Amino acid sequence: MDGLTKIYEDGTLAVGELDLTIEDGEFLVLVGPSGCGKSTVLRMIAGLEDISGGEMHIGERLVNDMAPKDRDIAMVFQNYALYPHMTVRDNMAFGLKLRKTPKAEINQRVEEAADILEINDFLDRKPKALSGGQRQRVAMGRAIVREPAAFLMDEPLSNLDAKLRVQMRAELERIHGRLETTTVYVTHDQVEAMTLGDRVAVLRAVSAAKPYNLQQVGPPYELFDNPVNLFVAGFIGSPAMNMVYATLERDGEDLWASFADQRLKVDPYAIERHPGLENHTNEELVMGVRPSSMEAAEIAGADPDRAIHMTVEVDENLGAESYVHTTLDARPVVTPDIEELLADTGQTAESLGDSTEFVARISSDIRVQTGQALEVVVDTAKLYFFDPASGDRVGAKATATAAT
Amino acid sequence: MTATVSEEAAPAPAPAEPKKPKSRVRWRPWLWLAPALFLLSVFLVWPVIRTIWISFHDGSTINPTREFIGVDNYVRMFTDDAAFIHYDLPPWSALFNSALWVVLFTLGVIAFGLLVGVLADKVKYEKTAKAIVFLPLVVSFTAASVVFRLVYSTDPNIGLINAMLGLIGLGPVAFLGEANIVNFAIIGAGIWVWTALAMTILAASYKALPEETHEAASVDGANEWQVFWRVSLPQMKGPIIVVAVTMIINALKAVDLVLIMTTGGPGFSSRIVGFTVYWEIFNNNFAGYGSAVAVVLLIMMAPLMWWQMRQIRAAEAR
Repeated sequence: MDGLTKIYEDGTLAVGELDLTIEDGEFLVLVGPSGCGKSTVLRMIAGLEDISGGEMHIGERLVNDMAPKDRDIAMVFQNYALYPHMTVRDNMAFGLKLRKTPKAEINQRVEEAADILEINDFLDRKPKALSGGQRQRVAMGRAIVREPAAFLMDEPLSNLDAKLRVQMRAELERIHGRLETTTVYVTHDQVEAMTLGDRVAVLRAVSAAKPYNLQQVGPPYELFDNPVNLFVAGFIGSPAMNMVYATLERDGEDLWASFADQRLKVDPYAIERHPGLENHTNEELVMGVRPSSMEAAEIAGADPDRAIHMTVEVDENLGAESYVHTTLDARPVVTPDIEELLADTGQTAESLGDSTEFVARISSDIRVQTGQALEVVVDTAKLYFFDPASGDRVGAKATATAAT
Repeated sequence: MTATVSEEAAPAPAPAEPKKPKSRVRWRPWLWLAPALFLLSVFLVWPVIRTIWISFHDGSTINPTREFIGVDNYVRMFTDDAAFIHYDLPPWSALFNSALWVVLFTLGVIAFGLLVGVLADKVKYEKTAKAIVFLPLVVSFTAASVVFRLVYSTDPNIGLINAMLGLIGLGPVAFLGEANIVNFAIIGAGIWVWTALAMTILAASYKALPEETHEAASVDGANEWQVFWRVSLPQMKGPIIVVAVTMIINALKAVDLVLIMTTGGPGFSSRIVGFTVYWEIFNNNFAGYGSAVAVVLLIMMAPLMWWQMRQIRAAEAR
């Protein structure tokens, strides 16, 4: 399946200049905050939304003007969109009946799909009599029986409770492993994106400065390890990457990042991953460090060159590990990228106050108490540096084009 | 209704003072219901009983119970009144015509109501289109009947339809003067009047359908017609039944259109049951016979009303 450039307009530009190739059998996740155009892209693939520019191919066929029914795709909707007047069996058989599939084959395929999804027991019930999770399975079943060229899924798990969502996520993975059907999956949940996707495409709303949606596409680890800009870095990963304004200083052979009365020696590997970083000495950059790149000095061994001293304000103990929150005496990082991410969680730049929130993950073997001083050691090979003006990572190639 | 009230009140009383709540259960519901019950009995129950009583008599509008004649009126209706029922062909009699109305009028109103309601949903000038279709409902039936008498006029200078037929070299056709055509002509006018109500109800229910099920069906491989026929329409079953039952009742009790357009003619050929009630009592001055027809009409409608009420109650329970 080849998706090429797609532009969508309804007065405003919703999706701009999107180049994306989806491989046969691939599980591709479109992820981004609400309003980033990810659902619109999916609906364009389905044919439910007109394509106002560019071309889209499924396999070899140009499908720009093709009706949804001729595209050989199946879609799973956020609210399931089951036909309320039909039984589960009829819901699943509907697409096959329209295609005049022989009755025996319809029955066989429905039974098979029901086996996979474990919904045999309520094939003759109406959707109304089912729970959310069961409806979700029926919606999946309706897609599976069609044996389409591709599955399109629009936030299919977002209406389920947390426990069921995790269970269905595993189920989806199992089903995809079994059927190996090309799948395009839309979600705003980056955890879902990371766990399900063979590749993940991070989208954001178009802006005047950046009239394209696609920020970066790649395997989950790639997005996690090598985010191309602040937006991707801040969106992928939970808890989110810490961001702080830092100034690079040269001291002999070494580069040091200093921020809020603290100093970290930048590991040569980090410098290697940011080509041209040396040219930014004595400039203020945005430094990113993931909570998972830190550990308590007591466990990791003291290393004054890589230590951050903090006062424990909140300790979230999860059993195996613990997230320690503190505030650094530095003004919070506010760039267009960050503001957009804040807006998605209902926050504004003002709500951050004038200090920087900082989270470190430490082993829960260390018991900490609120108010206590704590020294954590940072894996400085995993520091990230971003240009505060553009939001791009230092040395990263231009974003959208590099993505494909 | 009374049962529900007392059932709800029953669990409330504390065992400590059983006397007070008991009396509350007994008379309070009736107190609240009294005004409604009073109005219902004066304007509904009593007239019905009185009509049934009159139907066993021979009498005029001045003295409806002049002579008790038992079931003679009913016997006459089903054996000896060609205007009400007759077994020859062509069978233009009130009972047959009413059956024709029930089928054609009801289907016509639903079909046009759906057509306008659903199609208007897809166009830009939706509100204008609906307003135009809605207009007949605010016109009085009398006025509508007069208008249609003109529309059906044989004079091409007055009659719109004959004028159009004249343009293609046909007619003039006496729409209201031919026994074989007159019923269809009046039913047509009836559909024009009532489509508005059907459109309003059906368009609202169409709009309320989840858009996602339509999208799911089109992705599933349905063309627009299949989406409508197999996904939208079945989901509108409830409102369609409500409209159908309402229209069947309207068809049975219709008086005004027939009275003003043809007074049941030519001959008896456009009489229907509702019209017959009016005509026998107020024109022929047969109060007893007309009442007997009214009782038959009531018996025909009762199961429909009972069924519709059950449907509505079931819908509310959902």
